Amino acid sequence: MVKAKISEIVILGERCKECAICLEFCPRQVLAANDDNKPVVKNIENCSGCRLCEYRCPDLAITVKRKEEATHG
Amino acid sequence: MGLTYRDYLREELFPQMWCAGCSHGISLTAVARAMAALKLDPAETVVVTGIGCWGKADDYFKTHSFHGTHGRALSFATGIKVANPRLKVLVLMGDGDGVTIGGNHFIHTARRNIDVTAVITNNFNYGMTGGQYSSSSPEGTISTTSLYGTAEPGFDICELARAAGATYVARTTPYHVTQMDKLLAEAIQHKGFSVVEIISSCPTFFARYNYKVTAVEMMRLFKERAVDRERYDALTAAEKAGCFLTGRLHREEKEDFHTKYARLQQQAKARAEREVV
Ligand code: SF4
Ligand code: SF4
Ligand code: SF4
Repeated sequence: MVKAKISEIVILGERCKECAICLEFCPRQVLAANDDNKPVVKNIENCSGCRLCEYRCPDLAITVKRKEEATHG
Repeated sequence: MGLTYRDYLREELFPQMWCAGCSHGISLTAVARAMAALKLDPAETVVVTGIGCWGKADDYFKTHSFHGTHGRALSFATGIKVANPRLKVLVLMGDGDGVTIGGNHFIHTARRNIDVTAVITNNFNYGMTGGQYSSSSPEGTISTTSLYGTAEPGFDICELARAAGATYVARTTPYHVTQMDKLLAEAIQHKGFSVVEIISSCPTFFARYNYKVTAVEMMRLFKERAVDRERYDALTAAEKAGCFLTGRLHREEKEDFHTKYARLQQQAKARAEREVV
């Protein structure tokens, strides 16, 4: 079962080099490309908070905050 | 509160210098995560590099760093560790720096079982200088110095490390980030010479010349071709040729150089004292 809104994803567009790794390998297709080929969050409700997008981003442009972290700031 | 992996990184210097999709950025944050997992004290940790794209990685760590000359990172690291064995020393090298220009230093660091960790990002070419082939480039590699393919086989870095005496040897890929984090932490904790080979992508040169693919497709190749020991052993010879072994490949307990040296020093001192009396 997919839990609702367990994560918050922060994307720093100015760091992103548009390699598309995060888009391609998110196991739940949470991210989609915008017109500049940078990722945007499409359906956060599918996100498992696995952090693979954060860890596979070569440019540290993505931060996945899990709910408890998100509520703390 | 403990440090998070980001506390080990100088994010103010981002975006980093590497090309779009270059896997070095993934390896960089994995090294930082291993540091955080082991709660390394940045003041007692030294990142040593030589020359190459990955050789720039030391710039991005909030630890001590030492940027040496091409191929000599392990020699500088040996000196640093011998002078102060308390320090955790991580040596970041590519295939060019680590086993081509620095091949001689590599085998002797392994032979001596120096207690440092070598993180070798193997992208099968010299990226920084424009994509020349290296000693790890597989036979037939297209590069700027082998337009019709190389006529020589490439080193298997893990086999080389093990044969020369490294006491911890592992291989992983940037696709397998969870495995990478785990193996790096294990290697850093290991007492003795530890080597983690990260099969890497150079989307700008090697990937483009040899596979005509993007960074994403290189990641997919890593996903498909990396196999663990169990799966590897079940493959036919023909299937093995298209795959590579990942995971922890070797680990043994063996007295490291510094422990042995301190013991010899003690013995020599005791003997000198006896002879004086
Ligand atoms: S945390 Fe995992 S599920 Fe969520 S967007 Fe990132 S890769 Fe996808
Ligand atoms: S992985 Fe990072 S750099 Fe690549 S497209 Fe996604 S956010 Fe951008
Ligand atoms: S040249 Fe290759 S190894 Fe160097 S930064 Fe670019 S993609 Fe990475």
